[in-house]
Amino acid sequence: MQETKRTKTLFLIRWGILLVSILFLVIGIAKQEYLEVLQKAVKICLECIGIG
Amino acid sequence: MSGMHRNRIEKKLDKRRISFQRIVQLISAAVLNGYVMGFAKGGIFTGASKAVCVPVLNCYSCPGALGACPIGALQTALGTRHHFPFYVLGLLMLFGIVSGRLVCGLCCPFGLVQDLIHKIPTPKWVVPKSFDRAARMLKYVMLFVVVVLLSVFAAAGTGVAPPYFCKYICPAGTLGGGIPLMAANPALRELLGVLFDWKVLVLAVILAACLFIHRPFCRYLCPLGAFYSLFNRFSFYQMYLDREKCTGCKECERLCPMAVELTKDINNLECIRCGKCKSSCPAQAISWGFGRH
Repeated sequence: MQETKRTKTLFLIRWGILLVSILFLVIGIAKQEYLEVLQKAVKICLECIGIG
Repeated sequence: MSGMHRNRIEKKLDKRRISFQRIVQLISAAVLNGYVMGFAKGGIFTGASKAVCVPVLNCYSCPGALGACPIGALQTALGTRHHFPFYVLGLLMLFGIVSGRLVCGLCCPFGLVQDLIHKIPTPKWVVPKSFDRAARMLKYVMLFVVVVLLSVFAAAGTGVAPPYFCKYICPAGTLGGGIPLMAANPALRELLGVLFDWKVLVLAVILAACLFIHRPFCRYLCPLGAFYSLFNRFSFYQMYLDREKCTGCKECERLCPMAVELTKDINNLECIRCGKCKSSCPAQAISWGFGRH
């Protein structure tokens, strides 16, 4: 009984997080946030390499 | 790939003394840093694939990097653009809920470096449990304080927060980005200063620690590992321990690079799912896979 309840909770958490992550991803893509990532990633990040 | 087929491949590889984990790590490092021209030219890749964050700590200023570093991208969204990072967080949550820390064990190039250095024959330290437990919390401080809070609240005079973790700590950036770029690009070498010295010192200390402790950066400092650890218990990919088969020999715990008490908690937050426990178990009591329950 307790095992079934635990499995059910795990199922809900797992699929809930998956749905939220996909939702975030879709919102992020709709807001073109990937372009910000691209903009940052195509220039040498001076801080990251220990200069800036 | 079916479990049986994979087991057969793993056994064959074991005979040749190169593990399934090492093969995946090497392929991953090569694929993530596949822009070979960058190393020769002292520049970085500027193609469209850099709009996508890779699941592991791989500096986007590494000359070979084909994708973006998720921690760098997260800090940029929070500290420069000042908005909720839907895209980066969505990607990180997706990686986390699918695999937990599997990517740390199998795909992280800096994890591979730590594993290889630990193979050098030196006395190995067993970190006292009380210290170890407290020190492991440091990676959550890195995530929530250094990566998130400082990016949000500690903007410099310009209103833009620098990527504090990348700037002052990240050894993967120094090793994968800083050193190769400095070696190949004389213009960048002229800009070297105290910050670079500091970053090289941090890298040297971490690499030296690898000689004595297995994966010290993953255990104590990595904010990305801290993030994925939150998903270890819920992820679709899980580790399983068959308690009926387990003889309690604890060979798995002896070999675990993260010093996890696997027989007590097989999906512990610290488990990086490298598979060492699975391949070492004489009773074959450990298995892994997607969503059995």
